[in-house]
Amino acid sequence: MSLAQARDREQRVARENLKPVGQSTHFVTGTWASLKDVWGSRELTSLLVRRELKARYKDSSLGIVWSLVRPLAQLLIYYFAIGQILGVARSIPSFAIFVFVGLTTWGLFVEIVQGGTTSITNNSGLIKKIYLPREIFPLASVGGALFNFGVQLIILVLATIVAGQIPLDLNLLYAPLSLTVLIFFATGFGILLAGLNVYLRDIQHLVEVAIMVLFWASPIVYSFSFVHDKLQGNWLEQLYLANPITLAVLGMQRAFWVAGTTESTSQNWPDDLAIRLWIALGISIVILWIGQRIFSRIQGNFAQEL
Amino acid sequence: MTTPTIIHVEDVSKRFVMHKDKSIKERILNFSRARKHQDDFWALKDISLDITMGTTVGLVGHNGSGKSTLLKVVGGIIQPTTGNVSRRGRMAALLELGAGFHPDLTGRENVYLNSAILGLSRSETDRYFDEIVDFSGIEDFIDTQVKFYSSGMYVRLAFAVAVHVDPDLLLVDEVLAVGDEPFQRKCMAKIAQFQAEGRTIVLVSHSAEQVGALCDRVVVLEHGEMLHDGDPAQALRVLRGSFSDEAVRHEEKLEAEGRPEHHVVEVPQVTVTASDQDTDGIIAPRADIHVSVQYEVLETIEPWLIGVALETAVGNVVYRMTTRELGETLPLQPGTYELNVTFKNHNLGGGSYSVSVGLAYESGATILVVNPAATFEVADYGIGRGAIRLDVESSVKRIAAARAAGIS
Repeated sequence: MSLAQARDREQRVARENLKPVGQSTHFVTGTWASLKDVWGSRELTSLLVRRELKARYKDSSLGIVWSLVRPLAQLLIYYFAIGQILGVARSIPSFAIFVFVGLTTWGLFVEIVQGGTTSITNNSGLIKKIYLPREIFPLASVGGALFNFGVQLIILVLATIVAGQIPLDLNLLYAPLSLTVLIFFATGFGILLAGLNVYLRDIQHLVEVAIMVLFWASPIVYSFSFVHDKLQGNWLEQLYLANPITLAVLGMQRAFWVAGTTESTSQNWPDDLAIRLWIALGISIVILWIGQRIFSRIQGNFAQEL
Repeated sequence: MTTPTIIHVEDVSKRFVMHKDKSIKERILNFSRARKHQDDFWALKDISLDITMGTTVGLVGHNGSGKSTLLKVVGGIIQPTTGNVSRRGRMAALLELGAGFHPDLTGRENVYLNSAILGLSRSETDRYFDEIVDFSGIEDFIDTQVKFYSSGMYVRLAFAVAVHVDPDLLLVDEVLAVGDEPFQRKCMAKIAQFQAEGRTIVLVSHSAEQVGALCDRVVVLEHGEMLHDGDPAQALRVLRGSFSDEAVRHEEKLEAEGRPEHHVVEVPQVTVTASDQDTDGIIAPRADIHVSVQYEVLETIEPWLIGVALETAVGNVVYRMTTRELGETLPLQPGTYELNVTFKNHNLGGGSYSVSVGLAYESGATILVVNPAATFEVADYGIGRGAIRLDVESSVKRIAAARAAGIS
C-alpha cells in the first residue's frame, strides 16, 4: 500500500513545477505573488488574531470588558477636562458622542500602527523557525484592532440610540468609506514600520511619540469648525485636511454624530469631504502597496536580524 | 520514470554581517569606523545540491559549519546572499518543537494553531485531531493551558502535531531526541513510516548513530563548504576525519602561539594485522586480529591505562576494553613501548571498522584520545548482516494445519 502511496506522491509532486523559494522582490510582479501568499494563509491569520485576543484576556475575570475601559476612561477625561472645564462642549452639541466617535476611530488607527510595528519583533520565535508569509503578523494585529473597534462601535451605536440620535440617513455611507481609508492607510504604515523596526528598534518608540503628537492634528476633542474659523480655508487648512486620518475622523463624525448635522450651525466638515476621502483612499492604497513592497524586500533578512 | 527532484540548490552562498552596534547614537558615533565594526563571514559557500524525492538526507558537521543555515535556506526562512533555491511539493519544517505554541492557550487551541502554522487547513486538523492527541499520549491534559505542561508533555504534543502534517518534504533540525524512550521509539517508527511513504526528509543531526541509521545520503559541511556528499558510512568517516583535522589545526595554532599542547604520552602509530588477510588487507572471518599500539612515554607519569575500542563505520562501539581489565601494568618510566592486543577467532560481521585508542590516568583524567587510530575491513561471510557474526542454523517444520481455508 505504501508503495502505491509513494508512487502517487511522486507523480503528484512531479507534476508541480520547481518554484523558487522566498518572496520575489520584483516591484511589480512580486505584488501578485505576495497577495496570493497572504490570501493562502488567511486561515492562519484568523487563528493568530484569535490567539492574540484569547491570550490577552485569558485569566482575567472581566475579559473583553477591558477593551472598553480604556476608551471609556479617555472619554470621561476629555468630556470633563476639555468639554466642561475648558468649555468646548458649549459649541459642540452632543459632545460625548462627538468625542467617542473620534476616539474610537483614532483608537483603531493607533492599535493597527502600534500593533503592527511590534508584530514582527514580538513573533520572532516563529519567524526564526518557520517560513510563513511574514505579512500575516502585521495583518493579524489589524484583525485584533478591528475586533476591538467593532466592540466599541456597538457601544457607540447603543449610545446614539439611547440619546435618540440614531444615525439612519445617507450620511451613514461615509462610515464604510472612512474606515476603508483609515484601514488601508494604517495597515500600510503598520507593515512598513513592522519591517523597519526589526533593523532599528528605535522605530517603536518613535511611533509612540508620533502618535501622541498626531492625536492633536485631527479633530477628535475639538471640532473642525474651530480650525476652519481660524484658518478660513487657507493653505494651512488644506495641509490639515491632507491628513487621511483627519479625513477619516471627519467622515466618521459625519456618519455617526447626527447632532453635528441637525443642531449645529457651524461648519463641521469641509464641503467636498467625499471627494477628499476618495482621493485619500487612492493615496492610502498606494502607501499600502509601497509599504508592502519595501517590507517584502527587507523581510529576507528578518530571521538573522531578530 | 526518473525520480523527480524535490529540492534544487544552486550556487548558494550566505554571508552574515554582524553589526556590533544597534542604536542610532552608536551608529552616528561610529560612522567613520562603521566598516570596521562590520564583521562578516560566509556561513555557506557555493553549495549546489539536488535532492530527489523519497531520499533521506542528513546534514552533518561541527557547530557553526553551516548545516542549520543550509536547512533554513532550503526552508525559505533565510534568503541566500547569492544563488537560488527552488523546491516543489508541500513542506513542513521542524526546526523547533512547539514554535508558535502560546503558553496561555490550551493544548487543544495550540494544536489547531500549530497545525495551521505548519500548513494544515482547519478541516484537515479536525480529521487528524484525535490521532494527534492519541500519539502525544496526553489526552487528560488537552484542555489545560500549555504553560502548566511539563517540558516532556510540551514536546510530545508539538512532535505529535508535526508528524501528522502531511508533507512531501520534511525538514528536521535536531528535534528527534525528545521524550522518554518509548516515545522516542514511536518517533523513529514514524520517521520510518514517512520514508516508506516516499516522503523526502532532510535532517540536521549531531548524532552519527542516528544519521547512519536513517539516512541514505549524507552531506558533510565544514566552514560552509561541502566536504562530502553521498554514502553515509563514508560521510561519517569524513566527518570524523574533519574532527581530527580540527584537533590538528587546534594543535598547530597552539604551536604557532608558542605553547604546544603538552602530552606526557604520544601514540605515533597503531597498526592492525591479522592471521588471515587477502592482498587488499581484508580480514577473513574467524582470523586472529592483532592490534599493536606503539606509544612513547615522555616523562615519568602516574599510573595510567590504555583503552582500545572497535567501532563500526557509523561510530557504534562493538567492543571496548582497557589494559586494567586485561591485568596489564603499564610502564611509568620514559621510553618507547608497544602494547599488543590480539582478538582470537574474531566474530565480527562483514564491513569496515575503526580502532580508537584512549589514554587516561587511573584516576580518570584523559591524557589523549586517538579516534580513529586505524581502520580495517572484514570480509563478508555470506549469511546475514551485522556488526557481529553468529553461527546460524535453521529448519522449518509444520506445527498445525491451517485454521480455515481462504485465510492466507
